[in-house]
Amino acid sequence: MKPILQAEDLTFVYSIGTPFEHKALDGVSFSINPGEFVGIIGHTGSGKSTLMQQLNGLLKPTSGRVLLDGQDIWSDKKFTREARFRVGLVFQYPEYQLFEETVYKDIAFGPTNMGLSREEIDRRVREAAGFVGLTEQQLEVSPFDLSGGQKRRVAIAGVIAMEPEVLILDEPTAGLDPIGRAEILGNIQAYRQAKNAAILMVSHSMEDVARLTDRLLVMNGSKLVMDAPPSQVFEHVRELLDMGLSIPQVTQVFLRLRELGADVKNVYTIEQAVFELLRLKEGKGHA
Amino acid sequence: MEDIISVEHLAYVYPDLDGQKGTQVFENLNLTIESGSFVAILGTNGCGKSTLAKHFNSILLPSGGKVYVDGIDTSDLNRVMAVRRCVGMVFQNPDNQIVANVVEEDVAFGPENIGVAAPEIRRRVDKALKQVGMYEYREHAPHLLSGGQKQRVAIAGVIALEPKCIVLDEPTAMLDPRGRRDVMETVEKLNREKGITVVLITHHMDEAAQARRVIVLDKGKVAADGTPKQVFSQVEMLHKLGLAAPDSVELCWALRQKGFDLPLDALTPEECAQALYDWLKT
Amino acid sequence: MLKDITLGQYFPGTSVIHRLDPRTKLLGVILYIVALFLAKSWISYGVVLAFLILAISVSKIPPKSIVSGMKPLVVILIFTGVLNLFYSDGGVVLVKIWKLTITSEGLTRAIFMTSRILMLISGTFLLTYTTSPIALTDGLESLLGPLKKLHVPVHELSMMMCIALRFIPTLIEETDKIMNAQKARGADFENGSIIDRAKALIPVLVPLFISAFRRADELATAMECRCYQGGEGRTKMKLLRYGRNDFYAFGGLTALIAVVAVLAGFGL
Repeated sequence: MKPILQAEDLTFVYSIGTPFEHKALDGVSFSINPGEFVGIIGHTGSGKSTLMQQLNGLLKPTSGRVLLDGQDIWSDKKFTREARFRVGLVFQYPEYQLFEETVYKDIAFGPTNMGLSREEIDRRVREAAGFVGLTEQQLEVSPFDLSGGQKRRVAIAGVIAMEPEVLILDEPTAGLDPIGRAEILGNIQAYRQAKNAAILMVSHSMEDVARLTDRLLVMNGSKLVMDAPPSQVFEHVRELLDMGLSIPQVTQVFLRLRELGADVKNVYTIEQAVFELLRLKEGKGHA
Repeated sequence: MEDIISVEHLAYVYPDLDGQKGTQVFENLNLTIESGSFVAILGTNGCGKSTLAKHFNSILLPSGGKVYVDGIDTSDLNRVMAVRRCVGMVFQNPDNQIVANVVEEDVAFGPENIGVAAPEIRRRVDKALKQVGMYEYREHAPHLLSGGQKQRVAIAGVIALEPKCIVLDEPTAMLDPRGRRDVMETVEKLNREKGITVVLITHHMDEAAQARRVIVLDKGKVAADGTPKQVFSQVEMLHKLGLAAPDSVELCWALRQKGFDLPLDALTPEECAQALYDWLKT
Repeated sequence: MLKDITLGQYFPGTSVIHRLDPRTKLLGVILYIVALFLAKSWISYGVVLAFLILAISVSKIPPKSIVSGMKPLVVILIFTGVLNLFYSDGGVVLVKIWKLTITSEGLTRAIFMTSRILMLISGTFLLTYTTSPIALTDGLESLLGPLKKLHVPVHELSMMMCIALRFIPTLIEETDKIMNAQKARGADFENGSIIDRAKALIPVLVPLFISAFRRADELATAMECRCYQGGEGRTKMKLLRYGRNDFYAFGGLTALIAVVAVLAGFGL
């Protein structure tokens, strides 16, 4: 498959030539395929946020390239702007960026900036609202009258309405309760499946990335240190802990089981754990 | 043990806002928190956790019923300062509770407010910063610290007032895994070593599992109250309220659904692994 | 980038200048500015400059930081220089292009005025770089203390200043973030007419104001929780006390003014 987004040797240095000069990204390369769900993990200050802003052309790399559908997003000015729409970026606590009088108008902000026709804008707003589970009535209220979780979904709909081929989200579930978290993650999955969009999600929840993603990018000290499926990443317990990260609790349980002498594979979600345990139990029953 | 906080028949209605009728958060809430305990409060967004916390130090006053802190009625306006010296609060966003531009000056803010003499403030500030492991950063600017470090500075700012109890309202919601670990270790240590009562409001089940008592709030009522083992083994009830148990319990519960007999009180990976190991052997 | 602004930033340190009483530094800057304005000749400018360089080297503040702090002010400096260069009469005509003449007097004044501004700003930077904002507000509060008798809310004003300084970096960061978020939805701040650009700022200003109010609200609650109840009965961890170094500093500054004044008396 042809990758939709590629990063080639991305390097970014903040405040060049000042006492605050700081290398935030150092030779980062990876590629993402259409429909792929990729997680990014790393501690605060590991370069995740800078990386996200490189991928849709908000920050120009000091060196290296970002290719969208094979074309360098900085190759010409029009394409840079196009990249903003084709690579949607949802920042942390996106509800703090709502500003319009009604939910409808706020969601329409992106599509309007794209210069779409009124009918197309209307279609996209309603479709995006549907993806995040907002009702018709809610489209006409002020976003500031909604609950925290609803505001967050409005903000995500505002990006989804641009119908990006790659959707990047920075900790979309931070500060929500388990139900709110599950709803948002479900919305993201629904969008991915409907549009075959690639998802790139930054998260501090190892459980979430373990359950949802096909592949994990691990950032540490401005570098990309791992690029592998969760099963492989979570094998590196010691390294992850040293990087200030953690591993899912079920993985911890299974590591302990292995220490106790049980012959179990490494797992990182509850479903896998149940499957693996039943396999062992039944295998034993037959023996 | 005596109670540090006792909530008696608490009723609270949020005041009306531009024509909209106020919402009733509590009708008749009763609970007590023992001195020296470590209590976690769980509940979905909007269940009244934060509203309750704000009653613990006179930021909000009951519409009906009473809240007593160390025997003082929180609605007694002459004794508000006594209540606030007794119960300190740490909030979710560390940025919005740090007042000063230098770490140690911020920690000094509380003691300065209550008129402590200069040398004593110095002593308290140094002690508080050492307790949260931020002493080396005392001359740093807070906005250059990581989230976890800022939150520990906020905790130091509260314990410099030498409270008997600290209430933390989702202190780790904005932090990365290391920041969360550091804050939880700090809180746990303050409870264990200094005997400070800790009330922790959280959305993270694994954090609540570290407490010695868990209270589940739902729509302004206590839905469950007990040790972490007692509360988290009621998996169906938690699911119904939109909550969850720690993953180790969820795993055992999933196996029970398949008809196997596993205990539901294995909160740590070690306990869970042991239970699974024993089950596999039989 | 907005983050690069270092104006009014504090660099912690332990130099003699750092340890001076903030009141000394505040009054010192005023005395220094007086000296600067008394200076009329190359020699007296040289004396003030020597004093400034001495103070900077004692403070151990890297000169690079002072230079980089000047960056936002380059426009003002050039403007002052150019204005003085072309609009001064007298002296020998050096260059004449079309209607613009540059005279020797103009050149001298341009150099004097830009160096005066440069030295003025460097002096005040030295104050803010070596004094924590809290110490600064404490100093101001103490110096303005007598105004309390006239019912001027000195404590409240200094508290406001302190909080404003504390939140400047936070709000700058927030502005950056909101701008980026709206840019990610296709907002365009760089192109179009002035009206278009002003309109483009609404999606930034509305969330910024809402966020500032939310922060203010949360901060007020947090301050109340930490027993804040205004200036009454408040104590300070760091008591302001004049020490021996403050005495020397005042001595040095008085000497500076005296030298510059005497030089001015001799027409220098």
